[in-house]
Amino acid sequence: MKNLKLLLFSLLMTTTLLAQKGYDIGDVATDFKLENIDGNFISLSDFTQAKGFILIFTCNTCPYAVAYEDRIEALNKKYASKGYPVVAIMPNDISIKPGDSLAAMKKRATEKGFTFPYVIDREQSIFPQYGATKTPHVYILEKENNTNIVRYIGAIDDNYKDASMVKTKYVENAVDALLNSKEVSISKTKAIGCSIKI
Amino acid sequence: MRFFKYFIFVFLVFGCIPHQKELEVYDFQGIDSFLHQKDSKVHVVNFWATWCAPCVKELPYFEQLQENFEKDVEVLLISLDFPNQYETKLKPFLKKKQLKSKVIVLDDVNMNTWIPQIDSKWDGAIPVTLIYNKNKRQFYPQSFTYDELVNEVQKFLN
Repeated sequence: MKNLKLLLFSLLMTTTLLAQKGYDIGDVATDFKLENIDGNFISLSDFTQAKGFILIFTCNTCPYAVAYEDRIEALNKKYASKGYPVVAIMPNDISIKPGDSLAAMKKRATEKGFTFPYVIDREQSIFPQYGATKTPHVYILEKENNTNIVRYIGAIDDNYKDASMVKTKYVENAVDALLNSKEVSISKTKAIGCSIKI
Repeated sequence: MRFFKYFIFVFLVFGCIPHQKELEVYDFQGIDSFLHQKDSKVHVVNFWATWCAPCVKELPYFEQLQENFEKDVEVLLISLDFPNQYETKLKPFLKKKQLKSKVIVLDDVNMNTWIPQIDSKWDGAIPVTLIYNKNKRQFYPQSFTYDELVNEVQKFLN
């Protein structure tokens, strides 16, 4: 009995550890049902016309996320009509970051004129599955036989400070490649961000 | 006499203004030597920013460590604050806290190049800490309590 308990415990630990690792390129990404700023619940499966998604874990309160707000909106303007809409997910615990509450998200989205869904991972159950650790943290997904395959993980571009000084637009390049049925040449990038508050 | 008065005036005005320390700002190449010192000390390098709440929370533990292990440990705090907040946020923060540990600032947008050079496991979230001496180094993508920090440093002291 003791051995069985130990075995179960080890299994549980292993699954937890695996779950914490998150997705790699080529993995199937989970769908979700999360509340949007307009009160409706959003799932990836709702986007029947989409070819894929630019999924961005972001928030109101992180200066890096704020620095990228306009660029995230521009991505949606450019790619939603081409089949790659932006879906933004706010992953922080709002008891630690009250500035990221649904009401605050709605306010910020209205001020900035966001045209993409901005949903809240209130139970904090989605971001760990993806393996998101910070804001902003981008996952580009490609729809394939009704599943969503991870094609890119990382930063939006290579200059958080100044959009006009960007040399490589990682996300745009990746989506352009997918739209042209090509391989994504840079599929993983790293950037400083604010750790997700749990 | 008039000259003397003038001298006193100048002395009072300039002598009484508290010395405002200038920030040491580097690009990644510039901080590289701080990450590879070959002396006998244990180097504790913490990446932080004033906008990062868990970073600010653990700063006192690094200060405490520096104070209690003054002879054997050198703490270095590398700020990742935004350049446009040096004057408004970082400098006032440093002035208020009067940190004993050395503080330098890293300003290098080329993150996808330098983050993996610090550690391949680092995905960019802060706080993170690097502990090293001339023989070994370890990277910690986590927050610390004082006891945890001392515990890790002890492994380098023995």
